[in-house]
Amino acid sequence: MTATTGQPAPAAARASDVWKVYGSGEAQVIALRGVSAEFERGRFTAIMGPSGSGKSTLMHCLAGLDTVTRGTVHVGETTVTGLGDAGLTKLRRDKVGFIFQQFNLLPTLTAKENILLPLSIAGRKADPAWYDVVIDTVGLRDRLDHRPAQLSGGQQQRVACARALVARPEVIFADEPTGNLDSRSGAEVLNFLRNSVREHGQTIVMVTHDPTAAAYADRVVFLADGQIVSELIEPTADTVLDTMKKLDTPAEVAG
Amino acid sequence: MFRATLKSLLARKVRLVLSGLAVVLGVMFVSGAFVLTDTLGRSFDQIFADAYAEVDVNVAAKPKLAVNEFEGEQIQTPFPAAAVETVRAVPGVAEATGTVVADGARLIGSNGKVVTSFGPPQLGGNWVGESDLVQLREGREPRADDEIVINKALATAGKVAVGDRVGVLTLAPKEEFTIVGVFGYSGDRDSLGGVNEVMFTTPAAQRLMLGEQDVFNNIVIRSASGVSDESLRDSVAAALGDDYVVKTGEQLSADAAAGLKEGLAFFNRILLGFAAVALLVGTFLILNTFSIIVAQRTRELALLRAVGASGKQIIGSVVLEAIAIGLVASVLGLAAGFGVGALLAYAFSNVAGGLTLATLGMPAAAVIGAFAVGLVITVLAALLPALRAARIPPIAAMQDVATPDRPLTKVTVAGAVVTALGATLLFLGLGGHARGNTLATILGGVLFAFIGVALLTPLISRPVVAALGAVFSGWTPGKLGRLNSGRNPRRTAITAAALMVGIALVTGITVILDSAKSSISGLAQDTIKAELVIAGAQSGPRPPSFDPAVLAEAKAIPGVRIADGLYGDMAQIGGEHTWVGALTEPSALRQVYGVTATAGDIDQLAPNQMLVSSDAAESRGLSVGSTLAVQLARGAERTYTISGIFQSTALFGTQAVLPTEAARDFSIQQPIQGFIQLEPGTRVADVQPRVEALLANSPEVSVIDLDGFIDQQASQLDGLLQMIQILLALAIVIAVLGIVNTLALSVLERTRELGLLRAIGLRRSQTMGMITVEAVVISVFGALLGVAVGAGLGAAVVEALRDEGINKLVLPWGQMGVFLGLAAIIGVVAAVLPSIRAARINVLGAIAHD
Repeated sequence: MTATTGQPAPAAARASDVWKVYGSGEAQVIALRGVSAEFERGRFTAIMGPSGSGKSTLMHCLAGLDTVTRGTVHVGETTVTGLGDAGLTKLRRDKVGFIFQQFNLLPTLTAKENILLPLSIAGRKADPAWYDVVIDTVGLRDRLDHRPAQLSGGQQQRVACARALVARPEVIFADEPTGNLDSRSGAEVLNFLRNSVREHGQTIVMVTHDPTAAAYADRVVFLADGQIVSELIEPTADTVLDTMKKLDTPAEVAG
Repeated sequence: MFRATLKSLLARKVRLVLSGLAVVLGVMFVSGAFVLTDTLGRSFDQIFADAYAEVDVNVAAKPKLAVNEFEGEQIQTPFPAAAVETVRAVPGVAEATGTVVADGARLIGSNGKVVTSFGPPQLGGNWVGESDLVQLREGREPRADDEIVINKALATAGKVAVGDRVGVLTLAPKEEFTIVGVFGYSGDRDSLGGVNEVMFTTPAAQRLMLGEQDVFNNIVIRSASGVSDESLRDSVAAALGDDYVVKTGEQLSADAAAGLKEGLAFFNRILLGFAAVALLVGTFLILNTFSIIVAQRTRELALLRAVGASGKQIIGSVVLEAIAIGLVASVLGLAAGFGVGALLAYAFSNVAGGLTLATLGMPAAAVIGAFAVGLVITVLAALLPALRAARIPPIAAMQDVATPDRPLTKVTVAGAVVTALGATLLFLGLGGHARGNTLATILGGVLFAFIGVALLTPLISRPVVAALGAVFSGWTPGKLGRLNSGRNPRRTAITAAALMVGIALVTGITVILDSAKSSISGLAQDTIKAELVIAGAQSGPRPPSFDPAVLAEAKAIPGVRIADGLYGDMAQIGGEHTWVGALTEPSALRQVYGVTATAGDIDQLAPNQMLVSSDAAESRGLSVGSTLAVQLARGAERTYTISGIFQSTALFGTQAVLPTEAARDFSIQQPIQGFIQLEPGTRVADVQPRVEALLANSPEVSVIDLDGFIDQQASQLDGLLQMIQILLALAIVIAVLGIVNTLALSVLERTRELGLLRAIGLRRSQTMGMITVEAVVISVFGALLGVAVGAGLGAAVVEALRDEGINKLVLPWGQMGVFLGLAAIIGVVAAVLPSIRAARINVLGAIAHD
């Protein structure tokens, strides 16, 4: 959004030939086999794939939560690969937002305090105008003083979304954000994520195995067996499902 | 079920170690106390057996005044030397030797100071030759009355050798002697149990140690072959009559050891008291650990219930876990206690100078005590959490429920009831309404008060923790830490309560001692009208004393108005043991000590007159003109007429004042303290050096001004306070373990949350800061409770002692502040390991689901 020098559309996050190997010898598991992918700014990208395809691992590596065995990962202009704990913490604090399946709110804090937590940890103040926009978008104004235990699952996840958005990170990583929600609350959250991309230019990368959820994205990247195998632009639930079915067959043969 | 329990135990090694450690420390204290007293007891048995090995039968005169270990020294009554001849004439006696042996021979070492033994007696006696037990190492026996032989331990301690001219203080003021020999004991020992011995010629020993010529206080008899000790004892007793006590050597050694063991038993009870405090704190810790473990295992326990385990089995499982911890901790505690007991016994034997330790033993009491205490405490503490575990519904296995906050109503009501009960007991005990059980009632009251306050703590914790944490509000990790500490009021409360116990006891005792010190000092300042005081610091059972001739000489110094010496001893008056005193100048009672008369004349005393305190007069129904039979440590019983009654004060502790002449029959025949009052306008600095010069031959004492004297007396309480603080530090250490434990378990419990915080950018240092704030808030809260409860308890005791003259309540604000500061440091220290652990949490591992 700000004027960037050089390339016309620098990726918000980029993986270049990323390998991730767990264990060694007989117990060796290769989770990612040379994945290269770019996640453009201002777009909502879904990563899909069957269980064990490596989609969560890819997201963890992109977000600096996990180290890569080979290859490099960038978030914006920061090279994530090779950063130490302090660097990774700074990256997560300043450039990355998270939304988890389990909501992961702090039970001791009110909704408002949870939303402002990343900023207050970093010792920054929220931009009041943007804060208002976020609160209105998630529709939680009357729930701000409630603690997580007093909120429904959908509300909790919206708090988590607001927490990720309010710091205006370079990219938000959402890990199965609707996995623990009923379909109505799930739809609310997804709508809200899509709107934040369309209206406010937020970049979101979401891991999901739910075709309906993936259909909210601008683009879907399919992973199978640690490799990117397919991609859809402007997906619908049906096209996603079709692609998944095609993927399942060879995967089963392989397994 | 058994296997499941065992497995879950092994999976929680760290928790096991931490909660077990508290029990280990408590058990260590209990078994250590028993091992120590047992070892010392047997060591003393051996020493007395050795000391009396060559005594078949011993004769002593009936004591004039029988005193116990705590009242003072037993003075053995001298008897005429002719008794030895009577004994020799008894058939079956092979050998009878008249001996002099009495405490109070104080040798002045090469540094000009009196050599002290720090407890064991400093015996003076007559040299009766070498034996199987006693052998000269150097030199020869004393032949002239100014020659002595001393034991090796004394020669070493005083840095003196054969040929040296040394001063010795006895019943008589300092006299000079030449050391002509140094002796030791069989088995290459330098001393028997740390005793220092000075041996004179028989006439010198009689004069110096017994105060009379031609008297002995013991006859050592060897029986002829074929005569049993018992039958010889009986025939000797028959020959001497009722005024003598005749014992076999075995009896003598057993009696002597029994007296000492009474002292050891007292010591043992003190150690056990501290063990009880440690265990009380440990109980809190175990209770907390099990509560947290049960809470964390809710799902697991529910699953067990779901697959068919009964509530009883769940209780069994938790209790079994407790038994396992209790057993392991008891064994470890017993082993550690053995080590600590051995170490203390070794240290004791070194301090006591040459106490040869008996082989270390593991007395049955230590083993039984260790297991009883370790197991019972652990199981008892685990019982409540076990009952709670049994109430977990099977459905909890299927739900991801955050345990809802249980209301605090029940626990608060229970706390209020228990606190009230404790307060009532304290009131009864302190008010003197608990007939005969005062100490038990007070201790029970303190215990209940602690438990009650611990139960009330959850309620108090919310506002107090919030207030304490407000300090950290400006700092996000600090705020998070504060919120975490307020999260589970029960857990925070018990952890803090554990710290409270130790700090409350230290604070309470400090309040009492400081108040006593301040009251007595204040009283002394107000009532004693003396500018200079002759006194010394007491370093053994025997108070320092000085030559009364000094007083007469001091009075001759220009500007000195009164120079009074104060004697003190235990006497038997009308069948009761009573503290009595005597003054070199009776008029000093009113003029120097500020004592007032309630009846009669207290300014002078004729040789057959005495004064009694108003308390004594009241309790015994005495008035001016009454007569009393007084038996002192020496001499015959005498009857005195009461010529005056003085107002009892907390300062002048004696209940009766006898004429100066009576002091000759006191066990210590010299004044213990001297008070010098100057004429108005006389400069203290002019008189002090002159009095100091007079004291050259009384190295046990010095002359100081009144303030210095009051400080010196007050500082004797400081040593006591320090000892109590060191022992109670153990309780605080256990409480620190409790904080570490609670934090470690909380960190474990909040792994996911910590992962999230790290994921959204909390730095490692901030994570550590958050945990540290939590610890500091908990420990400062505990210290705050402790200081408040301790000050309350102390104030209650001081109030109860108002009649005893403790009329000033002194709250040691400085020290209380130090405790709070210390608590903050404790919090930081306790947080070190848990916070490192929290900072190292693998972010991905913590938040990734599945």
